Amino acid sequence: MFKMSTSPHINSKQTTQTIMRDVIVALSPAIFAALCFFGINALIVLVTSVSSCVFFEYFLSRRLGLKNNTFDLSAIVTGVLLALNLPATMPIWMTILGAFMAIGVAKMAFGGIGKNIFNPALVGRVFLFISFPVQMTTWVKPHVLEFFNLDAATAATPLASLKHLTVAEQFNTDYLSLFLGNIGGSMGETSALALLIGFIWMLKRKIITWHIPVCYVGSFAVCIFISALLTGSARFDVLAHILSGGLLLGAIFMATDYTTSPMTKKGKIIFAVGCGVITYIIRVFGSYPEGVSFAILIMNAFVPLIDRYFIQYIYGTGRK
Amino acid sequence: MKAKTFAIGGIHINKHKLSANTKITELALPDVVYIPVKQHIGAPAKIIVKIGDKVKVGTLLAEADGVFSANVFSSVSGEVAKIEEINNGQGYLETVITIKREGDVFEEGMDLTDNLITDILDDKEELLRIITRAGIVGMGGAGFPTPIKNNIPEGKKVDTLIVNGIECEPYLTTDGRLMIEKAEQIIIGTRILNKILGIQNAVIAIDENKPRAIARLHRIAKRYVGVNVQKCKSIYPQGGEKQLINAITGREVPSGKLPIDTNCAVQNVATVYAIYEAVQKHIPLFRRVVTLSGNISHPCNYLVRIGTPISFVLKESNIPLEKVGKIISGGPMMGRTISSLEAPITKTTSGITVFLEENSYKPETTSCLRCGKCVDACPMGLMPLNIRDAVEHNEFQNLKQLHVQDCILCGSCSYVCPAKIPLLDYCKIGKYELSKLQKKA
Ligand code: SF4
Ligand code: SF4
Repeated sequence: MFKMSTSPHINSKQTTQTIMRDVIVALSPAIFAALCFFGINALIVLVTSVSSCVFFEYFLSRRLGLKNNTFDLSAIVTGVLLALNLPATMPIWMTILGAFMAIGVAKMAFGGIGKNIFNPALVGRVFLFISFPVQMTTWVKPHVLEFFNLDAATAATPLASLKHLTVAEQFNTDYLSLFLGNIGGSMGETSALALLIGFIWMLKRKIITWHIPVCYVGSFAVCIFISALLTGSARFDVLAHILSGGLLLGAIFMATDYTTSPMTKKGKIIFAVGCGVITYIIRVFGSYPEGVSFAILIMNAFVPLIDRYFIQYIYGTGRK
Repeated sequence: MKAKTFAIGGIHINKHKLSANTKITELALPDVVYIPVKQHIGAPAKIIVKIGDKVKVGTLLAEADGVFSANVFSSVSGEVAKIEEINNGQGYLETVITIKREGDVFEEGMDLTDNLITDILDDKEELLRIITRAGIVGMGGAGFPTPIKNNIPEGKKVDTLIVNGIECEPYLTTDGRLMIEKAEQIIIGTRILNKILGIQNAVIAIDENKPRAIARLHRIAKRYVGVNVQKCKSIYPQGGEKQLINAITGREVPSGKLPIDTNCAVQNVATVYAIYEAVQKHIPLFRRVVTLSGNISHPCNYLVRIGTPISFVLKESNIPLEKVGKIISGGPMMGRTISSLEAPITKTTSGITVFLEENSYKPETTSCLRCGKCVDACPMGLMPLNIRDAVEHNEFQNLKQLHVQDCILCGSCSYVCPAKIPLLDYCKIGKYELSKLQKKA
């Protein structure tokens, strides 16, 4: 007897698992950069974060009676993203707590993969940021390729220095360090180069489209540029703003999370521009130097609304 | 020439055109054929023979029952053995006329030579009558009686005839082969339709993955008036009627309306060739080209008599049936699996796709990621994941707003979904539930 089934009888090779695998591959340059700059400290945070995310995913999906999706690798992605959003000196127990907030509260409590409203890794990060502001903003100096260097001399992040520049001062970090990542910051956000390599990989593998990252960074850059024109202050150095802080990590890897970003191209553009503008407002007018996490989380909340109003044009209904 | 394409959605798939360079060969004649009386959309044809009657190739077996129907001819010579209901391979019973073959004797008057006849009768009404009499229906799959498509109703007009040579289904190569081997015949068939429609503007649309067909038709078309060739991008479902109209003319068939409402008529290449044979060579529709492909060692293109059991086609090609997991009538995107090997080749069977056991399983479904890939893929601009939600939660009243009735069942959404959710199945259920709801209201 032959098999009977409905069409189509072929499917694309892309599955949830292959997508997550590609995201992990895309994150690997950033992981590599983190290990280069922050050595064993980075490794500890990374391993803690990933293993606790996987554990919570597995344990909670059983406890909550949800479909066990642990093997789709999405928990690993969340774990890596959370780690890359933390400083390399994060105490182990705090990282575990962050992983619990990410997987347990932001993801599983909403029903697991595809059901969450907020980006899990960002929920973890923001929770830690609010609860432990000191640890979360203690940025160690990078030590290039000195793996076991435990010296925890702190460094100011370029963003913080940018924020406090007065009109007369000059911004003093060179762009090359910003680009390569030889600066203070959370583990994964420092190297723009590593993040861009990941971006290109994801585009090539058709994991994401260019819309969110480009519109996010673009709209943010436009806002900074206009401010620079209006004030003439060195605070509004467009390139420095783009290359420093969590902007690229957020725009490429966090704002593009499938579940928590809009469905259609139009929706994605609106979402990304919203993220860009809010990031600008927080960075420039807020009390924090960094605004990426909050901007994305705020826009996450608007996704259901955006999805409702920015729907696809339906063939044959007459373009307006 | 710049390749044209449709505006919304679409997907890139591996086309697996394994038999694209294999010449059309005539399949041996089976000992029995099963000829269904309904191989088209509309009313079954009325049987006019009885058991024991002697018939020849081309003898009328059943007569069109009204306009929305089509004549059915015998494809072999012999004796009417049975008239009964059999499983049509899709699990439905269907009336078929069984003919035991003896020899191969043709009715008088058919011109079976290869001589090209270029002069076309200058009588619209008569041309339409010949096509009606020859039992021609849309051979691309739908089986819409061809005369209706070309008989323009009062108040409508057609300014463009589109001949569909896209063949966007993977594996199938019948249209592609016909365009290479019968290029001039297809162009003459196109001119016949031009004449019937009273226009001088036909476009033969061909997928860019068929450069040989494009080159040939392009060269020959230059010698004729009113026939043009247009290259189209190799994107699925370029060959969908609505997508093709959009690609060629930029127009859109309004939701719930017919192609004629865009002043277009679309005909498949195989149908146009059948029209050539009917009008110029007096051959009624009793055979067609069928691709046999899939996971098999010798994919090929056969000229097959209608009514030939699929089992016979497979046996003639030495397909090891014990390793076969799935047999599909048509291509893998929109074709249907067959349960009974005795199911016959009909006017609308463009191919048989055979999959080995290991390629016949549906992948496991996981949770929806809300990735939007189905939305990007849909050539109609629908939101398949929302249609699925509405169906799963029994919110059938929402289906109208989701325009589920506009779904063309192309399967692009199911194909791309990384969670392997059978979205097309939900669309089918959605269409059914919505029409039930609307009937009640
Ligand atoms: S393609 Fe599949 S997983 Fe992605 S949104 Fe559509 S239904 Fe969900
Ligand atoms: S099957 Fe229907 S819903 Fe799915 S892509 Fe095709 S037209 Fe869109």
